[in-house]
Amino acid sequence: MSQLVLEAKNLSRTYKLAKGASGSGRALRHALIDMNMKINSGDRVGIVGESGSGKTTLVRLLLGLDTPTSGSVEFKGQALIAGKMPWLRKEVQIVFQDPRSSLDPRMKISEIIREPLVCLNIQEDHNARIDEVLDSVGLDRAMRDRYPHELSGGQRQRVAIARALAPRPTVLIADEPVSALDVLVRDQILELIAALTNSLGITLILVSHDLSVIARLCDRVIVMKDGVVVESGNTRQVFDAPAHEFTRALITAIPRLPESR
Amino acid sequence: MSLLEVRDLTISFGSKKVVDCITFTLEKGARIGLIGESGSGKSMTSLAIMGLLPDTATISGSITFEGQELIGLSDREHSRLRGNRIGMVFQEPLTALNPLMRIGKQIAGPLMIHKGSSLKEGLKKALELCTKVGLPDPDRILRAYPHQLSGGQRQRIGLAIALACEPALLIADEPTTALDVTVQREVLNLINALVDKEGSSLIFVTHDLPVVSAMTENVAVMQLGKIVENASVASLFHEPAHEYSRRLISAARLAEDSFSGKGGQL
Repeated sequence: MSQLVLEAKNLSRTYKLAKGASGSGRALRHALIDMNMKINSGDRVGIVGESGSGKTTLVRLLLGLDTPTSGSVEFKGQALIAGKMPWLRKEVQIVFQDPRSSLDPRMKISEIIREPLVCLNIQEDHNARIDEVLDSVGLDRAMRDRYPHELSGGQRQRVAIARALAPRPTVLIADEPVSALDVLVRDQILELIAALTNSLGITLILVSHDLSVIARLCDRVIVMKDGVVVESGNTRQVFDAPAHEFTRALITAIPRLPESR
Repeated sequence: MSLLEVRDLTISFGSKKVVDCITFTLEKGARIGLIGESGSGKSMTSLAIMGLLPDTATISGSITFEGQELIGLSDREHSRLRGNRIGMVFQEPLTALNPLMRIGKQIAGPLMIHKGSSLKEGLKKALELCTKVGLPDPDRILRAYPHQLSGGQRQRIGLAIALACEPALLIADEPTTALDVTVQREVLNLINALVDKEGSSLIFVTHDLPVVSAMTENVAVMQLGKIVENASVASLFHEPAHEYSRRLISAARLAEDSFSGKGGQL
């Protein structure tokens, strides 16, 4: 039986809006409302929803970057406390949407990948590990001395994946990892994420507004709207026979190619 | 005479050609999609028609619009067409709108500049335009600032501004890329309906094949500054002539198949 790695228990996060945003007093925004979720080791879970649905809030909480208003996130049974658990970053890593902003433009590729190894105090030959992850994401070792601006969008996202994998995490969170990339590059990056998480047995949490991306990579999908999970289950079942009206609306809104086969 | 004729248009920055000798024509009331990846030159082409290229760009060839040559026009002459005979909707409505100006005045702007309307007349027309682009409670919207509206509402405002002077040509550059899918569908339907009703011509710029196939009858596929294929949507999808078009189509098919369960999982 697979082990429970991440669990959200009655997780809620409420933000105070700036004064005057809606008349007098400080209005509250309920970004995430009483969410429950279990993620087992080796799961590949997709989280789908539109802007404002609470996806990013959830990701921040799962990474231990933010404190819930109520409820908790547990990693292997231990409740997360934001900023107090440096070891957590070795276990849960993230790939962000836009590699142009997630890679430091002043650092060489080797320094970018080395940073988590140093910060997390990982005891192994850093240079060897950098070469190893460069190989596994399909980048030439000669890229070590390049800077991010010298790389294409797809190559930069490979660097971001290499950096996330360097400390050998158990969970990888990918937040819209291909939406900033060109169509023809997207498939390569999706294939890479699938191949690496499969071969390394890494648990994958993939956040996307694109249902086809989730269909390709995830066994399970969680559909969110306005901070609430409206539907979740096996990806194929949810997409083939959506139970919730919002899921159906999402599916019918996708632009289709003309019938030509 | 065609409404728009682009002939041998070349745009370069220094020694780098971003648009390389492209030619296409657009008849009155017709629609064309420009599709390509980043760096293909599709946005530069639309900026050239609008006269909004940066000063550092060198441009050659010819763009005639309603019989008038646009290349070589002074900024002042070009600005008589911009927002008047040619309207444009941009990708990101939050940056396209002025954050310090109420919506009403932003919609009234082109009417005051090009049609000599007073602010009062402009605001009255703005109210009608808001209704036309399907915005509820237009009185409130006209008094609002851009940050107080949702992404979909802002893009409807962008469309209202572009259509205010009833342009002969509407250029929409990735108008729904920044929007959620359900909102995207609404905005595409709206653009379709309004362009039909007003009888404007449309240039629809996008990287998204399924989107363009729902919007235009013809598509020009751009790669590295060149038009590699210019065909009707139907023939492009049935028998793409260029290798690059085939790759774009098969990537879109792959996404669609995996979604519908035909493609399988990675």
